[in-house]
Amino acid sequence: MTSTAKSSRSRTRHTGAAAVALTAAAALLAGCSSSDDTSDNPLAGEKAEAGTVVVGSNNFAESTLLADIYGEALKAKGLKVTYKHNIGSRETTYGLMKNGSVTVLPEYNGSLLAYLDPEAGQKSAEAVNEAVEAKLDKKLTLLESSPAENKDSVSVNAETAKKHGLTAESTLADLKDIAPELVIGGSPEFQTRQQGLKGLESVYGLKFKSFKALDAGGPLTQSALTKNTVQAADVFTTDPTIIKEKFVVLKDPENLFGYANVTPLVHKEGLPQEGVDALNAVSAKLDTETLLDLDAQVQLDKKDPLDVAKEWLESAGLS
Amino acid sequence: MNGFFDIPSDLDNTYFGLIGLHLREALLPVLAGLLAALPVAQLCVRFRWLYPPVLGVTTVFYAIPSLAVFVVLIDYTGQTELTVMIPLAVYSLVVLVPAIVDGVRSVPEETLAASTAMGFGPVRRYLQVQLPIAVPAILAGLRVAVSASISLVSVGALIGNQGALGNLLADAQKYGRPELAVNSVLTTAVLAILCDAVLVLLRNLLTPWMPRGRSGGRRPKKAAALPESQEAGAR
Amino acid sequence: MNVLNFVNAFFSDSAHWHGYDGIPQRLLEHVQYTLLALGIAAAIGLPVGLLTGHTGRGGNAVAFVATAARALPSFGLLVLIAVVVGIGLLPVMIPLVVLAIPPILVTTYEAVRSVDPAPVDAARGMGMHESSILFRVELPVALPLVLSGLRSAAVQVVSTATIAAYVSLGGIGRYIIDGLYQRNYEKVVGGATLVALLALVTLAAFWAVGRLAVSPGVRRR
Repeated sequence: MTSTAKSSRSRTRHTGAAAVALTAAAALLAGCSSSDDTSDNPLAGEKAEAGTVVVGSNNFAESTLLADIYGEALKAKGLKVTYKHNIGSRETTYGLMKNGSVTVLPEYNGSLLAYLDPEAGQKSAEAVNEAVEAKLDKKLTLLESSPAENKDSVSVNAETAKKHGLTAESTLADLKDIAPELVIGGSPEFQTRQQGLKGLESVYGLKFKSFKALDAGGPLTQSALTKNTVQAADVFTTDPTIIKEKFVVLKDPENLFGYANVTPLVHKEGLPQEGVDALNAVSAKLDTETLLDLDAQVQLDKKDPLDVAKEWLESAGLS
Repeated sequence: MNGFFDIPSDLDNTYFGLIGLHLREALLPVLAGLLAALPVAQLCVRFRWLYPPVLGVTTVFYAIPSLAVFVVLIDYTGQTELTVMIPLAVYSLVVLVPAIVDGVRSVPEETLAASTAMGFGPVRRYLQVQLPIAVPAILAGLRVAVSASISLVSVGALIGNQGALGNLLADAQKYGRPELAVNSVLTTAVLAILCDAVLVLLRNLLTPWMPRGRSGGRRPKKAAALPESQEAGAR
Repeated sequence: MNVLNFVNAFFSDSAHWHGYDGIPQRLLEHVQYTLLALGIAAAIGLPVGLLTGHTGRGGNAVAFVATAARALPSFGLLVLIAVVVGIGLLPVMIPLVVLAIPPILVTTYEAVRSVDPAPVDAARGMGMHESSILFRVELPVALPLVLSGLRSAAVQVVSTATIAAYVSLGGIGRYIIDGLYQRNYEKVVGGATLVALLALVTLAAFWAVGRLAVSPGVRRR
């Protein structure tokens, strides 16, 4: 009898101790968590650290590749670089550029202009850059544009091209009568952009049957086109799958998709002069053919973008 | 460079680094949720009328998709881990409050009376009697919260690489490398199972009075289903 | 409260009320995904749960399947299947069904197991067939708990079906994903409100079903 009472008492003490230990452990770990949270404080952590260049990228493969090229070129000049990849769409990245969380971002001059000023016409590459500068936030600036160009385009799949007799010579205006039968796809932001559904309607009078939100020229877009879930979609002109899947890119005589030269967008305060020079040197060497080749290495040969960036910088004498 | 464990450079991390990050992003919110749930649950036990409205509010919170909360939080906390962890802490709280309330309430009146008779004050009675007896229910709630949290961290990939192992999913799409998605799903699942096993082990350690089968892995019938009945109780 | 302003702006914009991207259409799609996933999960979880619960065999297997299913990340499965098979309904249905099976399966098993053995033995003594015992004695008593498992699954599926939008399907998630990429908070907050409302409607529906289907004798206990 006594022994039972004793053992049950010791058991009570045992579990009590266990409970105390559990609570203590929880409190301890919570202590870690709160100290951790302060280091993640947006006001402290989000701003680029002084002297460090933050290179950002949008949520598609070419943007990552270009950011890697910029970042490695800056590192070669001895600058301290950190990356912030896959941020999202321009609607998000532009805000982060403005508040200085990101210092350098690969942009496309005409696409940026259409975002800043949907009404702006795009007569020439130089005029585009001037118009962008006029509309840009005062803390931001564009560096020199490269000859490399990657536009949005409306492309139709092989089946649709065959059915409606569309060829490489066909234009967006030729879609006028058949658009109401077609489902068009694009990134979610394509739906509300001037260089998207809005412009297609106001410039070419195209009203599609419906819009299907896909990704920014990624595998969902390819899958939707090849499966004929959509008949037309926003495809980047440097996309290596255009040739592979026999998509037909429609011509854009009204220049809705304008100019889209790869151009570094920069938060002025964060980038010293040697950084500006380094990025301008990259732009001078980067042409469309090169960009196509580098994109294919990433998207078809599945090479890591950082390796592709480093190899190219070396071969171009920029590392 | 396209093997199963070749992590794309844009994630700026190693495979094991991603695992550590994932565990941190998933488990810290559960801990925060647990710490917040203990006082809330105690209030609900003390003031019975409080429990139904608390349950109602938390149920609505639980139904709001995590991505929507992420997007709204970005304005306040930026594209950071914190943005991912705040809603996860709330979800944990929602799962744990009913688990603790039901657990503490399940302590028989006689046991409470006995401890009072032994001279236990309210604090000591709570820490040494009510909480230990509620341990199986609390741990059942923790199991649900932890597995949900580990699964939900991946969604953070949509707000700028904040999804730890989930970032591999975004890259799998971006670069057309399905093996990265396989890696992400399998690793996440293994993490969830391991964490679950640790919690089961912890429960066994903390509740030495519970009957246990010879095999050790076989749990008493009631306990086996506790996670789900807790989950059902949350609504 | 600016969140309330967003909600108000979202619901008062007439453009949000018609067409393929209108609220009625998106709501319909969402309900379709939810019902389909829940139906498939119930078709798997209910019979297996009832059978294992009735025979008392396979309890460990049930717990194992539930643990494994719960460990699989919904968003991860979605993207994985979408990357492999391309866009369509399959990448959405698999994660939702995997999500819904554990609560249905385990709760059903547990509900049948926890039925008082006395009336079951009495029924057996009266010479009732095993299937009659299951459906006329055990199931009516277990029904409230079985329904709570279904309800738990339903609310989770309603909330999680929003991820369908990430692989270009419709549903209410469309507003949340589009809002993220278009930086349009109105859509995000409006979409989240719709999901929460739909979850409440789901709860109400289960409450009503419970009132109708559960025998008064069981309910009073």
